[in-house]
Amino acid sequence: MSKIEIKNVYKIFGENPEKILPMVQKGATKEEILEETGHTIGLDNVSINVEEGETFVCMGLSGSGKSTLIRHINRLIDPTSGQVSVEGTNVMELNEKNLIDFRRHRMSMVFQRFGLFPHKTVIQNVGYGLEVQGKKIDERNKIAMEKIEAVGLNGFEHQYPNQLSGGMQQRVGLARALATNTSIMLMDEAFSALDPLIRSDMQKQLIDLQAQLKKTIVFITHDLDESLRLGDHIGILNDGKLVQVGTPIDIIMNPADDYVSAFVKDVNRAKVIKAKIIMVSANKFNGSKNINTIKVNEDSFIDEFLPKVCLTQATIEVVDKSGNIKGYITDKELSTALTKNHSNGVFKSQK
Amino acid sequence: MGKYKKYFNLIYLLVFIVMVVVAYTTSKYRPESVSILFTDFSWLGNWPKWLDFPLMPFLNKWFDILIVKYGIFFEGINFFLLGLYTKMKNFLVDLPWPLLMILVIALAFFASGRNTGTTIMVAFCVFFLGFLSPRYWDKCIMTTCIVVIGMLLCLVIGIPIGIMMARNKKVRNALLPILDLMQTIPSFCYLIPGILLFGLGAVPAIFAIFVYAVPPLIRLTDLGIRLVDKEVVEAAEAFGASKKQKLWGVQLPLALPNIMQGINQCTMMSLAMVVIASMIGTRGIGDEVLLGLQQLNVGMATEAGIAIVLLAIIFDRITQSYGERMQERVHHIKKKLK
Ligand SMILES: Nc1ncnc2c1ncn2[C@@H]1O[C@H](COP(=O)(O)OP(=O)(O)OP(=O)(O)O)[C@@H](O)[C@H]1O
Ligand SMILES: [Mg+2]
Repeated sequence: MSKIEIKNVYKIFGENPEKILPMVQKGATKEEILEETGHTIGLDNVSINVEEGETFVCMGLSGSGKSTLIRHINRLIDPTSGQVSVEGTNVMELNEKNLIDFRRHRMSMVFQRFGLFPHKTVIQNVGYGLEVQGKKIDERNKIAMEKIEAVGLNGFEHQYPNQLSGGMQQRVGLARALATNTSIMLMDEAFSALDPLIRSDMQKQLIDLQAQLKKTIVFITHDLDESLRLGDHIGILNDGKLVQVGTPIDIIMNPADDYVSAFVKDVNRAKVIKAKIIMVSANKFNGSKNINTIKVNEDSFIDEFLPKVCLTQATIEVVDKSGNIKGYITDKELSTALTKNHSNGVFKSQK
Repeated sequence: MGKYKKYFNLIYLLVFIVMVVVAYTTSKYRPESVSILFTDFSWLGNWPKWLDFPLMPFLNKWFDILIVKYGIFFEGINFFLLGLYTKMKNFLVDLPWPLLMILVIALAFFASGRNTGTTIMVAFCVFFLGFLSPRYWDKCIMTTCIVVIGMLLCLVIGIPIGIMMARNKKVRNALLPILDLMQTIPSFCYLIPGILLFGLGAVPAIFAIFVYAVPPLIRLTDLGIRLVDKEVVEAAEAFGASKKQKLWGVQLPLALPNIMQGINQCTMMSLAMVVIASMIGTRGIGDEVLLGLQQLNVGMATEAGIAIVLLAIIFDRITQSYGERMQERVHHIKKKLK
């Protein structure tokens, strides 16, 4: 069973969602519904499974329903129809007390617009999750200080949120979510307000954290590079519909439609495609090899060996950790992999 | 509930018809038989006497029952409030005037966060109350006592109601028309019944203050809580705050500036009502104005009017500056930074 299961969730905002639901189920578009009934479709038949220990990244344009989706997981929003279950618990069936308990101990959340408490200092904000759990102030402050240090805000713990810059506030939100140390983290554009340096630092921290703690993370972002870097799976939303779910490579190599293509067209392929993805496996290889060869680990990205290839004109031998040759890459594969707007047939047939 | 909405108009129509029928059948002036209405159309000229809904006798009956059945209840309230008022008034009147003056000034000083400007202004106003006419000192104390008790009543009842309204849409929909009613009924319409329920004196004035001044407090409490940033409230929920933790830890502190605004308005309206209440015999600074008018003594009425303004300034400055300080505490705008 998946850690988080979202099944056929519809969310319609407005006066009378139930009445509109059949229209949406019949396939009326977001614009039609808005024009005819004044209701807004938030989510349109979305189903997602997030496995334990993975980072699921959710992408989509503004207003495509990302925040709405993430709010269903801790039931800040009730679906109009459909099911949400977390660790086997149907979230909709929790009573008030169990819901509170569930939110306290199972998951924490980072908010898009930070959602900090303006009347509390940084340390009080970060300790809030522990405060509502009823932890003593000493313990609270100790944990909160650790997290404040982790996000690089030491010295600011007694400031109020509006005395901090946007990026610093975002890190307070991050520290607050980390403080309760829950196994699920919901991160709504958690890095969007950070400068590039801190941002990549935070991404790295998150990856390291994932390597050790194996949390289940649902991460929302507008930034494709970020999603490719962090995501084990990526889901792409358009007007409330889930248009594609897959691994980063799936999304880049086989975009499901024009919307997804538009999303991935500017990606730096050399940085995200690994050798093993584009190689021709050893037993199928029948092209001619150059005299020069270089050995490349199967998990290295194209941009790690591309300069060397250009200099030496070598053919690449792709090897695994113990040095066995798994396949070859010639100029042909390289140029197909790096050229945009090519037909994707080659890669489809290889899988 | 929503399912039956389409029948509502029908129900309204039925109620209306029943009311007309009741009006017709209970009226002394109705024609011998209904058929006359269809032959003689003179009743279409002037409003016919029989088309008169018997609200007045109904209300009177209702009022009598109220007094007979729940008299004890009102008696109890009366006894309690009057006792409170008398004790408070006697205590303050017995206090030497310089001491009371110093207490008020000290209150202003601390409420305004040691702001000298506000304190001096309040000190000036307090002194002039007695300085205008020695009689005014005790009368202002009476007025103040009524205002303070009325205010406390408003706070104790109004703020919880405001909170309930903010939390529950149904409660809000049910209460809003009542608040509208309270704010549109002319004050004399409840001043006089107040006398019937509570007798003459301070208590009907307190009752009138409540009816008159509690709506803005309720509205502003409700508004203040609902205006708290949605994502901040969501954050509290997302971390598993219970309703109580959310209310006391997040919503109330952030709604405080608005609530303080409500308290300030409530104070000003209470004072206005006490002055009006002097017309039903409530003692205080208001009856000096009344006296002046009755004797055609313009100077006297104006002098008392000035005293009321001074009293209003004192109330306003103290509650306002306290509210401002609350606002600063919530939003942390450091005075020095400005
Ligand atoms: N409370 C609400 N009431 C009415 N409509 C809403 C509400 N919340 C969201 N919507 C609508 O649902 C749609 C999805 O909104 P959502 O906030 O999920 O977008 P998003 O993908 O998070 O966008 P962004 O990237 O700008 O944050 C939008 O069209 C929005 O207008
Ligand atoms: Mg969003």
